[in-house]
Order: sequence, then structure tokens, then C-alpha cells
Amino acid sequence: MKRSTNDHSDVKLSCRNVWKIYGRQPEQFFEGTQGRFADAAQHADVIRDADHIVANADVSFDVHAGEIFVIMGLSGSGKSTIVRCLSRLVEPTAGEILLDGEDLLKKSDAELIDIRRHKMGMVFQSFGLMPHLNVIDNIAFPLKLQGITENERYAQAKRVIELVGLEGRENNFPKELSGGQQQRVGIARSLVVEPDVWFLDEPFSALDPLIRKLMQDEFLRIQEKLHKSIVFITHDFQEALRIADRMAIMRDGAVVQIGRPIDLILNPADTYVREFTQDVPWERILRVEDILDETASDSVELERVAGNTLVATLLPRLAAHHSGVLVEGEDGSVLGVATARGLTAALAAGSFSLSKEA
Amino acid sequence: MLVKFNRGDLHWLGVIGVTLVCLALQDEWTWMAKYPKDLILPISDWLNAVMDWIVAYLGWFFLGISWALEWPIKAVRFVLHALPWSVTTFLFCTVAWAASGWKLAGFTLFSMLYMLVIGYWSESMNTLSLVAISVPLAILVGFAFGVWGFFSHRAERAIVPMLDVLQTVPSFAYLLPILMLFGFGTVVGLIASVLYSFPPMVRNTIVGLRGVSPEVIESGLMSGATPRQLFWQVRVPASLRQLLLGVNQATMASLSMVIIASIIGGTADIGWVVLSTIRKAQFGESLLAGMVIALMAMVIDRITAGLADRSGDYEPNDKSFAKRYGAWIAAGVGAVVFLTLAQVIGALNEWPRGWEVNPAKAMNEALSYIVVNFRDEIEAIKKLAFFFVMLPVKIGLQGAVSPFTWGFELTLAHTIGYALFMTALAGWAAYRDKVKTGIAILISAIVIYFGLTGMPWPALLLICAVAGWKIGGRALGLGTALGLGFIVVTGIWPEAILSIYLCGIAVLFSFLVGTAIGIWAAHNDTVSAIVRPFNDTLQTMPLFVLLIPFVMVFKIGEFTALLAIIAYAIVPAIRYAEHGLRSLPATVIEAATMIGATNRQMLWQVKIPLALPVMMLGLNQTIMYSIAMLVIAALVGTNGLEQIVYIGLSDGDFGVGIIAGIGMAIIAIIIDRMTHAWSRKRQEELGLSVE
Repeated sequence: MKRSTNDHSDVKLSCRNVWKIYGRQPEQFFEGTQGRFADAAQHADVIRDADHIVANADVSFDVHAGEIFVIMGLSGSGKSTIVRCLSRLVEPTAGEILLDGEDLLKKSDAELIDIRRHKMGMVFQSFGLMPHLNVIDNIAFPLKLQGITENERYAQAKRVIELVGLEGRENNFPKELSGGQQQRVGIARSLVVEPDVWFLDEPFSALDPLIRKLMQDEFLRIQEKLHKSIVFITHDFQEALRIADRMAIMRDGAVVQIGRPIDLILNPADTYVREFTQDVPWERILRVEDILDETASDSVELERVAGNTLVATLLPRLAAHHSGVLVEGEDGSVLGVATARGLTAALAAGSFSLSKEA
Repeated sequence: MLVKFNRGDLHWLGVIGVTLVCLALQDEWTWMAKYPKDLILPISDWLNAVMDWIVAYLGWFFLGISWALEWPIKAVRFVLHALPWSVTTFLFCTVAWAASGWKLAGFTLFSMLYMLVIGYWSESMNTLSLVAISVPLAILVGFAFGVWGFFSHRAERAIVPMLDVLQTVPSFAYLLPILMLFGFGTVVGLIASVLYSFPPMVRNTIVGLRGVSPEVIESGLMSGATPRQLFWQVRVPASLRQLLLGVNQATMASLSMVIIASIIGGTADIGWVVLSTIRKAQFGESLLAGMVIALMAMVIDRITAGLADRSGDYEPNDKSFAKRYGAWIAAGVGAVVFLTLAQVIGALNEWPRGWEVNPAKAMNEALSYIVVNFRDEIEAIKKLAFFFVMLPVKIGLQGAVSPFTWGFELTLAHTIGYALFMTALAGWAAYRDKVKTGIAILISAIVIYFGLTGMPWPALLLICAVAGWKIGGRALGLGTALGLGFIVVTGIWPEAILSIYLCGIAVLFSFLVGTAIGIWAAHNDTVSAIVRPFNDTLQTMPLFVLLIPFVMVFKIGEFTALLAIIAYAIVPAIRYAEHGLRSLPATVIEAATMIGATNRQMLWQVKIPLALPVMMLGLNQTIMYSIAMLVIAALVGTNGLEQIVYIGLSDGDFGVGIIAGIGMAIIAIIIDRMTHAWSRKRQEELGLSVE
């Protein structure tokens, strides 16, 4: 299920030193700076002291082509604001947003409308469906705005309706659908224009836990097919772990840490991140490739396991094989040896040292 | 000290002290009792001069508008009169059916037949043609202003107070300036009704457009909508229900104003029939004609409300062409069929005279039979209310209590006893930690003893201003003082007091009885089901018509006015009380039940305190309704501001009429702000949200 991301692949969307300040005169803090400061945290405090609200402070990250980039944070952490800055639903106060290398903030209104029509799709927490349109018209709405004929847009809408599994519901109105179905409509609508970049703002937060899990699987299935560049917002750490290729944790408008889920678990940047990671059932997240023991020597006699095997499934074998198991990559090459000792060492280095500190 | 006074209470004690001093000195200093004539600002003369200038120099402009508006009215009237009744009736029934179904179509058919049978078809069509032009115009104007207010906060800040004034200045007051500017004729009714009916459309437009959820807007933006597309394809359709609600309210307001405007005469519409028959004391006729208005109002209301309701359920659009446009096709075919039939069968073209039934004469006879036979009972009711309720409030116990009325002379001993008893009551309340209640008892005791008209104006002004200050802060207190000051210096204070007196009694009675009924209805579904149609009918009934039954039985006078006001103003009190109690959070009720509250404790200690903010909004509406009705009640002989407005209209004295009208608007706005401020304060304290 997990796609390993190559860090050298193309950067699709890039967010550079983005600030969003609310208040009387937000611009005054950024004259001629491009949002770059030696000490951003200190500058944010200066702004706060001047009775302005700092929604985003010096946010920078890259989203690679075909990657699921998750932004995780609690309410008020600025995650919804940053995704709106990326789509310019909210105008950033300072910084740059590069889509395919071009600064989005320098685009005219007309250009922006064109970009939204062809390159971006967005899914909203409370669905944002047009109450006066039925399912197929809702989904075809972006095409209607582009002036595409009815036959043409229904044909395209049918295609995404199939993709999200809403066949037979074409003529229903949003209020006749369950929450999960409504969000399927939202997803279909955001995909109908075949966007390159796909924003999802807490798409499953309004759904019941079981439906949420179902929709997450559904989402991963769709992504498997389409390979969009995705920015996914959530407040649910478990959800982030399930779907993220890479993720950023936000707090008070700033990014605390960026990395693969496993990096965050094994090397949390501070106690704030650790508070999320400490309750993670590590055996379901850790993969054998993450606990390689560099001190152990490999030998052909050892049992071979695939690198992406979950540690949970390996535990009995680690217990039985004193000298560990041989870990191999997807191409069959040997990555190293995993041992019980290596596992213990990884855990000791990671989030679990918190209990020691406390 | 036994009683703990805080600073606010001390302020009030000061106010009471000043009041007593004023009362003691008012014989000495007569300017306190009666504002001196020489100091009255001749604002009405100035206004008249301005108006004369406008009429002289800009009159051509307004007459031009008037001329331009005359044509569409004439055209619609021509069409409505030229069409055979069968075609018109069929078309209306089809619209009713499309809007709401068979039941409303049946009711519409009944209403149209009633107009025919009673013989008021042509008058009804005249009214309808005015409404048919005024409603679209009001909606257009209202929508435009609403959109402007929606996009510009600055515009909204200018528009909303203007709406307040347009809706609170009594309708009679602006009939005259319109008459002077636009000349005599149907156009006056049209313009007055547009002015009166576009404000609800503005409000609903702003509320509707604002209410579209931000995510719907964002998803529209992300779909690549241009600003124009965002407005017409996202905002407007998503707020359609609220917009149609505005259409419904504007239509009702327009109809009621068209009726009121017929007071000017020369229109030959149904309102004129009602008015002229009331004046000739032909009650049967006026009641029958009044029924036409009521039926018309109900049909129009149900049709527009039905459309607003329907806007929520969208039809699947996989229907065939015939199904989709079925109503239109049926209407077209039916109209042609009836039009052809009407050429052949005369009775379908024009309702034969011989088929008209007019029971007015029989009704008049029945009425006079009742009035003659129950004269003693009717007189007794009137006297009781007059001697024991109305007079004491108006001229105070000191004037009302006499051997002729109460059966005994008011002696010094009585007065001292009254004073001691009231002081003791107030003291007891203060002792029980209810200092505010004690103060309220003291003030009302003073007012009831001296009567509203016997209170020196500086004292009343002070009491109101301090009340405004305590409830809504410094701005409201200052506003109250300035507003009432305007009433004083323009010399209309005595009449204003008479208006307040009549309204005050009506409001008190309506609120107490209405709330009691509302509480009952909240606890009993049967009562609720019985009360609801009554409320609906009373509310859609044009104010005019409501007067008729009371005038019939109780003749002209203040008592009749009082009853008519109560009949209209009791509705919101009932509605809000029931709504407030029924929408309480269930958890609170459950918690109180588990604690072991008895029914009585539940009502008085849990439900009513929590529902009080909503009930206060009901009180606000009760007051606004009673002021609206008071204006109309001037027709049956009252003495307050509303009468000046009415006299100003009939004498053609623009300045006097408009000043009195503004005076009423000031009173209405002050009370509105006070009750709203109080309700908001309580809500915040309780952490509830209403509306």
C-alpha cells in the first residue's frame, strides 16, 4: 500500500516562507522581506504583541508530484488557513507559492480563475455542495462554469461518478444523501476537471469513524489510480499516519516538523510532536526496514523477509531467531539484518523515551 | 444594613426623588406640567416650507415618474377587467395548485367565487392590478438595495436605519408627502406600497446572501467561478429560500399598504369599499368587503409561502418535457378553453347580476338585534374596562376614583394608605434582595396614582432615559433622551403620552394573556393545534379588516381601538412564548426532572427563566404590532399621535403629519432597541442564542 517517495522527484507545489496575519495593518511587518526572517518565531511574537493574529508563520514545504502530503494539526494551528493560502482562497500576507515553478501570488484574477478551472481541485470538510443542484449537476458544476455543453459535461461527470461509486444517485439532491455519499460527491466534483493538485481540507472529519475508515481506503484506492499531487489536511494523527507519504505537523501557525510518518515517530522534533506519537501502536507503523541493526552481520542462513513487513507480524520470528532475519528490498537486494536488539534500540531512540523523561 | 443597594439602585432612588420633586413643584412651575407653547420649535412650518419649495421647483420630476408608472397599472387593470372571470379564476387556481397543491387550489377557487357572488369582482381586480405592479417593483428595488448592502458594509450601515424608519413611521404619515409630490390617483397607492414593502425584501436579501455557507462559496471559487458566476450561480440559488421568504413578506406588506392607501380615495378598489361603508356605518357591507381582502391576503400569502417552501425540494430533471412543463401547458390550454367557452356562454364571461347574493342587509339586522338586546352587557363591559383600567392609567387614581366611578370619594386617608402600602411592598421586595422589583413597584405606584397624563414631562423623560442607559448603555440612554426631547420641543408630548397610554394597556394585556396562552400551548398539543390557525389568520388579516367586528359591537371610541390592538398584538406574544418554551435544550429539562422538580418548579424556576429572552423578543414584537395597529385605530377615534397623523393627512398639513409620524417612529425605535438590548444581555448571560 505504501508508496515510497523519491525525494528527487519533481516538486509540484512549493510553499516558501508563507505568512498570514490578520489585523489592522498586516503588511507593515513584512516590508521588503519576502517573509524571510532570521528568527521567525521571534518575529511572530513581535506581531502578536502588536495585537495582530498570526494564522500562519513562516510556513515552508514542498509537495512532490504524485505525493500525498498531509498537514496535521489541532484546531487553531493554522492548517486550514495554509491550504486556503495554497489555493489563494485566502490571500497570504507574505511569502511565495510556486505551482510548477510559477508564483501563484503574482497571477491576475483571470489567470487564477483559469488555474482553478484546470489545475486545482478541492474537497471541503462540510462538503460545500450546491444545495440547489442534484448530484450530477453538482459534479458537473465546474465544467458548467467553463461553458462546456451539457452533453459533454454529463459524459465527464459520469466518469467520476463511477470512480467514486455513486452510480444510480445522479438525480438525488445533496440533502437526500448520507454524509459519506455527500463527500463522495465532493470528491467527484473536485476530480471532474482532472486537476494536477488536489486539496483535501479535513474531508473525512465530519463522518462517523467506520465510514471514515472506508472513505480513507476509498481515497487511497483512487490515488493509486490517479497519482495526483495531494495536500491533505487533518486533525487526526492516526489518519495522517494511514495515508501520508510525508507529513507536516503544525502548531500556532508554524510548522513544527516535516517528514515521513516513521521519521516523526522515531525522531520527534520536540515534546509536542512526541505527545502525538507516544500513543501510536508502533508495531503497526514500524516496518522491518526501519529497525535495521547495523551491528549485526548478515548471513545467507537467515530467514528472508520483505522490507515493508510490519514489525507486528514479525515479532514471533524475532523472538524465535536469535540472530535476526535478513531484510530485502523490493528488488530482492539485501538491505540489512533486523534483530530484536535493533528493534529495542529503535524504540529507545524514538518517542518511547518520553516516559523516561517524565 | 438590611438592604444592600448597589450604585445602579442608588441612581434609581435618585430618579424617584427627582420625580417626586417634579410632582410637588409642578403646580408652582407650570412649564413642568405643560411644555410652554412659546418654546415649541416650528419645525412643522419649516418642513412645510421645504415641501412647498420641492413641489414648486421639482414637482415636474415627480409628476413625470407618476405619469410613467400610471401606464403599467392601467395596462394590468385593462387586462384583468377584459379577461372573463372564468379565465382569471382558472389561472389563479392553477398557480395555487403549482405552488402548494389541490387544497390551496380549492381555497383559491372558493375565494374567487366569493368575490363574484358578493359582487365585488371589479373592485377586487382594481386592488389586484395595483398589487401586481407594486410587488415586482418592490422586489426589484428591495433586491437591488439588498445586494448593495450585502457587498458594501458601509452601504448596509446607511440602508438598515433607513429601513427601520420606513417600517416604523406610520403609513398614513407618508401618504401625504407622496400625494403632494406625485399627484392624486392610483400612483400614490403604488408608491406608498412600494416604499412600505421593499424593506423586508432588503433584509431577507442581505440575510440570505450572508447566510450561504462559506464552504459553498469556496467550492464555487475553487470550481473556477468568475465573480459574476459566483453571484448568479452560487450565492443567489443557494439563498433562494430566504429570498422567496422576502418575496412573501413584501407581497403581504404591499397588499396591506394598497388597502391603507385607498383611504385617499379615487381608486374604486376594495379597500375604499371597506372604508366608505365603515364611515356610513354599513357594517354588513364592510364586513363582507373586508372578507374579500382577508381572503385575498390569505391566498397570496399561501401561494408565495408555498413557492418559498417548494424551493427546497428540487424535482429530478430526468422527467419528460410534458411532465416538466405540465403546469404551464395546462394553464395555457385551460385559459384558451375558458376564453373560447366564455365567448359562447355569457355566464362564464361576466357573472350574471342575478347570481349575486348579498347578505349585508340581513347581517345588519342581526347585528342591530344583538346590539339592542345585549346593550346592558356591552355597556357594562365597556364601563368596567374604562373606570378600573383605562382611566387610572390615563389620569391616575387621583382623577379616576370618584363616587360616580368607583363608588367612593378619594380621601387623604386613602391616599396615605395607598402610599404606605406601596412603600411597604417595595420595602419588602428590597428586603428579599429584589431591589429592582422594589424600585419598579415604587415607580409604577407613582405613575398609577398621578396618571400618565398627570406626570411632569421632565420626570418621565428622566425615567425613560435612565432606563435606556441601564439597559443598553450610554448611547441608548442618550438616544432616548434626545428622541423624547424632540417630541417635547415639537409640542406633541401630550399626544405622545396618550398614544403610549393606549398602547401600554394593550401591550400589557396582550403580553400577559398571550404568554399565558403560549405557555399552555407549549404544554398541550391540542391547544397548540387550536391556537395556530387563529394566529395565522389574525396575522395575515389586513389591519383594516380587524377593526370591523369591534366597531360593529362597541361603536367608535378608545375601547374599540384597544380591543382591535389587542386582537392583533396578542399573536406574537403567544407565538414567542410557545416557541421559547418548546425549543429549550432537552438536557436542561432532563436534569431538572432528575433533580426532582415539580411541574410548578419546572415552569417557574427552569423553563420560564430560560425562555425569557425569547419571550422578550415576543414582547418586542407585541409592542411593534400594537403601534402598527394603533395607527389604523386612529380611524375609530383615538386622541394620540396617530390621530394627529391622520388629521395631518386629511387636512393636507404635511409638516404636522410627518412630525407626529416621526414621533411615533421615535417611540417605536426606542422601545425596540431597549427590548432587544435587554434580550441580548440576558441571552449572553445564559449562554443561549436566539434567532
